Amino acid sequence: MQFTEEHEQFRQTVRGVVERSIAPYVDEWEEAGSFPAHQVFRVLGEAGLLGIEYDPAYGGQGADHSYTAVLGEELGRIDCGGVPMAISVQTDMATPALHRFGSHELKERYLAPAIRGEHVASIAVTEPDAGSDVAGLRTRAVRDGDEWVVNGTKLYITNGTQADWLCLLVRTSDEGGFRGMSQIVFPTDTPGFSVSRKLDKLGNRSSDTAELSFVDARVPVANTIGQVGMGFQQQMAQFQNERMIASYLAVGSTSYALERTEAYVRQRRVFGAPLLANQSVQFRLAELRAEVELLRQFNYACAEAYVRGEDITRMASIAKLTAGRLARSVADTCMQFHGGIGYMEETWVSRYYRDARLLSIGGGADEVMLRILARMDGLDTGL
Amino acid sequence: MNVVVCVKQIPDPAAPPALDPGTHNLVRSGKLILDDSDAYGVEMALQLVDAAGGGEVTLVSMAPNGETSGLRTALAMGAAKAILVSDETLAGSDALGTAKVLAAAIRRAEPDLVIAATESTDGYTGTTPVQVAELLGLPSVTFAKKVEVDGQTVKVERQTEAGYDEVTSPLPAVVTVTAGVVEPRYPSFKGIMAAKSKPVDTLTAADLGLDGSQVGVGGARQEIVSVVEAEARSAGEVVVDEGDAHERVIQFLEQLKIL
Repeated sequence: MQFTEEHEQFRQTVRGVVERSIAPYVDEWEEAGSFPAHQVFRVLGEAGLLGIEYDPAYGGQGADHSYTAVLGEELGRIDCGGVPMAISVQTDMATPALHRFGSHELKERYLAPAIRGEHVASIAVTEPDAGSDVAGLRTRAVRDGDEWVVNGTKLYITNGTQADWLCLLVRTSDEGGFRGMSQIVFPTDTPGFSVSRKLDKLGNRSSDTAELSFVDARVPVANTIGQVGMGFQQQMAQFQNERMIASYLAVGSTSYALERTEAYVRQRRVFGAPLLANQSVQFRLAELRAEVELLRQFNYACAEAYVRGEDITRMASIAKLTAGRLARSVADTCMQFHGGIGYMEETWVSRYYRDARLLSIGGGADEVMLRILARMDGLDTGL
Repeated sequence: MNVVVCVKQIPDPAAPPALDPGTHNLVRSGKLILDDSDAYGVEMALQLVDAAGGGEVTLVSMAPNGETSGLRTALAMGAAKAILVSDETLAGSDALGTAKVLAAAIRRAEPDLVIAATESTDGYTGTTPVQVAELLGLPSVTFAKKVEVDGQTVKVERQTEAGYDEVTSPLPAVVTVTAGVVEPRYPSFKGIMAAKSKPVDTLTAADLGLDGSQVGVGGARQEIVSVVEAEARSAGEVVVDEGDAHERVIQFLEQLKIL
């Protein structure tokens, strides 16, 4: 991937916004268990960071996907997992399908304010009985005239307590499996909708996560994104954006964690010498840095393929699988090299350790990535 | 309304600075970035032009090499064009030499208002803007924490130690702004791409009618005779509370005449 002076300037913009408007407040938000999404998204929207690749007709920047890679890497350097996750839900998980398949009216009404940062969006796919197994989801929308009547439950929904609208995946027919699903823009002020509870998580605490309930909630059929019945396929395409941004974020967060750990082992003296004087420490850091570099370059290859318009399902799955596992290795090593102080809440390490764990679970667990890869590589015998 | 903003491109303050052992000047041969303190002036100018309902922001800068990275940042924020005076004869200019160059370049732009930072982040003399005003024969108002333009006058809240003064000046004028006068915007992708095609007029000292006897080392009236390492900070005093800590802290502050 060819990076230019403009990419570097854009990187400085993201870094500046993070330094001024996010970094000083992260501790406070982690403590509070949520962050003020509307306030932060307005700032990001003004800097043009919420619709980098989107059509300028809706307020997007019209940039190519390489700038999303830069955005992800820089957001990954925020000192927590929650806020970058919440932002990338807005940019790369809840809105790509609307931009790609939505009607002009739907984009004007919901995409444009999301790009400006006035609306907070959530992606609502997972349910109590269907997460990785998307084909098993039960939330249903039944057509009544010009309206969908929605009933069901969604679980582990990022931005769930603050969202103005959801990109909601529901069953709209009885075909079963991956057939007969649709994506609907669901405004959260719809009667019948409620946030059942805000969930308490191991990590990513600054980001609110919710269980959502739908009881005879009516939304216009015109809110359907793209084609009725094609929701699963559209969501699969949207998942590729989610997996790519997750891998970009991982490069940023693992790089930053290793930089800070290197600084620590340089100054921390043990048995009369810096911790870094131990070859085992040097080798481990060198090894992890090499693995981060491999992921970075693989991400760029994936981004290039995406820009060329190729199907990147296999590459994005490999990237996401690798990113999740690498984040766990890096977090474990950073914790080990810090020793007791790393286990204390007063250092960044304990937060990073618990936040990094999510990447192998959310956005398609490692096992889902392996299932996709096994199937694509012809290893799944179907028995 | 047309506003000129004086901006300086400086070595990245995040990188360790280097001094030329011969001239004692800051080494400025590498990549230069927009001085952070100038971002406030650029933003102020953009907001004033916006409020006036028309006009444009022109950047004026001087650099010993043809570096434009810092100018591109300010153009990406929304400035319309830039005048860069770049010439080897400018190397070693002191504050007054710099002011002569900037004043000559500003004259070309015929602005209604000139804005500058109170001082640069690499040189810290804080003298150049008022010298520019003097050379242009314009009134100058320094340390502005709020700037408003009303017709042919500029109203400034001028930061003082005790609070602020309200100052009104006829236009054109030179106003220096503090960090905090406004919150600078960050260049968006669109802004960054638009900046690529905005004009940067690169001039030499001779283009402005200046020669080596007025600017650069030859024209400098200041000379850096020597440079010494700053004294290392001594360790602070730790007050352990044995019931009287508050009294000892108050005593210490009184000694410093803070209380």
